[in-house]
Amino acid sequence: MITAFADPLETLFNLQRELEARIASGWLRDLTASEGPFPPINVFQQGDDVLVVIELPGIDKSELQLQAKENTIRIFGRKTVAYPERVSMHRRERVFGEFDRTLSLPIAIDPDGIKAEYRDGILAIFLPRAEHDKPRTIRIN
Amino acid sequence: MAAKQLQVQKKRELQKKEEATIPARVFLPNADIYETADALTVILEMPGVEKNNVDVRVEDDVLTVQGRLDLSKYQGLEPLYTEYNVGHYSRSFQLSSRIDQNKISATMNDGVLSLTLPKVEEAKARTIEIR
Repeated sequence: MITAFADPLETLFNLQRELEARIASGWLRDLTASEGPFPPINVFQQGDDVLVVIELPGIDKSELQLQAKENTIRIFGRKTVAYPERVSMHRRERVFGEFDRTLSLPIAIDPDGIKAEYRDGILAIFLPRAEHDKPRTIRIN
Repeated sequence: MAAKQLQVQKKRELQKKEEATIPARVFLPNADIYETADALTVILEMPGVEKNNVDVRVEDDVLTVQGRLDLSKYQGLEPLYTEYNVGHYSRSFQLSSRIDQNKISATMNDGVLSLTLPKVEEAKARTIEIR
C-alpha cells in the first residue's frame, strides 16, 4: 500500500480492526464484543450522554434489532443484498450478511431514555446517562 | 468460532489530481455493478447522505456521482471510540458508447443510490432462433 505519509490514527484503526476480526468473544474486555467488525461503529460523547452511530446502508428495519441491558447495547440482524435472477455481476463490493455486535459502555445508561433512529443508512442511538451516574461537583469549604 | 465473519473494508479515500478548497475528506462509496439484457445497474452505498445532497452528472462519457454529508450533525460531539472515517463520497465511471446517456435514471433509499444505465437499442441482447 502506497501512502504519502503515515497517519498514526490510521494505523491505530487498522490495529483495532485486526483485533476485532480475531475475537469471537470479549476476552480482551474491550469496549465491544462481536462476531466480526461489521457493521462499523463510532461512539461519540455529547455532553454527559453517549451517541452511537452505525453505518448500515440499505437495511430493512424489520431485520434489525436493538437490545439494551444494564450498560450494554446489542445490535444484531441481517443485511441482505438481493439482485434479480438472471444478471451478470461485474463488481461486488457491498458487504452483506448476519451481524451481531455488543457494545459495553463505561457509564450507566438510563434505559427509558434510549432513542434510536435509522435514516439514510445511518443508525443513530442516543443513550442518556443515568442520573445517579452523573458526576456531582463538591464544593470545597 | 462463528460462521464466516463479515469483514469490513476500510473506506478508500478518493485520489484526486486537484486540491480541494474545503477541508472535508472524500471517500469512494462501495459499488455493485450488474448487467441485465437491457441495462447496466450501478448500486452505490453512501450512508448518511440525503437524497437531495446527491449530484449525478454525465460529462464527456464520464458518469460522476457525488454525495455530501451534513457534517454539522457531528458538531459538539467528542469521539470516544471510532472505527470508521466520516466524509463525503465521490466516484466516477467511464461509460461505454453502448449506454444511452439520455435515459439514465436514479433512485435513492436508505443511503443506497441505484443508477440504471439503459443500453442503446443495438446493444441489447438478441436471442437467435435455431432452426
